[in-house]
Amino acid sequence: MTGIAEIVVALLLIVGGAFGVVGSWGLVRLPDPMTRLHAPTKAATLGVGSVLMASMAHSWFLLGRVTWHELLIAIFLFLTAPVTGLFIAKAHMHLSWDKRELPRPHRDDDWATFGDSAAESPMVRAPDPPPRSE
Amino acid sequence: MTAWVLSAALWFAFGCFGLGQLFCLYRVVFAPGLSDRVLALDTMTINMIALLTLFGILHGTPMYFEASLLFAMVGFVSTVAFAKFVLRGDIIE
Repeated sequence: MTGIAEIVVALLLIVGGAFGVVGSWGLVRLPDPMTRLHAPTKAATLGVGSVLMASMAHSWFLLGRVTWHELLIAIFLFLTAPVTGLFIAKAHMHLSWDKRELPRPHRDDDWATFGDSAAESPMVRAPDPPPRSE
Repeated sequence: MTAWVLSAALWFAFGCFGLGQLFCLYRVVFAPGLSDRVLALDTMTINMIALLTLFGILHGTPMYFEASLLFAMVGFVSTVAFAKFVLRGDIIE
């Protein structure tokens, strides 16, 4: 029984470590900022999620101590990861995309990123926005 | 009997997330833009959560739980504050 639990924990750790290193490698490897945004989300959900599940399984089956607090971190991460992804994408669009590159929004609305108060942002005129590779 | 399996997997995961931290550090230093740098810092906090959890498994203690929860919260709040500053020029309007 202990052997099976150890193998399950080891498998979860290996899966988590592999996803973690792939996510961070994608951050270095992928060519475009919007595609680079995609890679660390895998590290955040699958990688850290597997490690947290491994920690839960370890303390339940091997230490005999029932814990739930890893689940708290997992829920918090799963709730906040999409929000940070969306915010970073909007900041990137705001800094280095031209308004004409975007499709027109519905009816008379403007993109929130390029709305009325966008011109007042001190960061819009960032020095040398990087050229966008296709 | 199979204790070495768990130990080997634990050190494998440590190596993977440590390598991930190095990749993120490279992206923080050599980033083409501001948003890339912040994305790399956000990924560093996420990898740090995993490393702290692995540390808790290694020592068999729940002591590192608070530290990793703090890392999760501070990472999220700092990323949102940065993006809000870029988008609106102000963090709390």
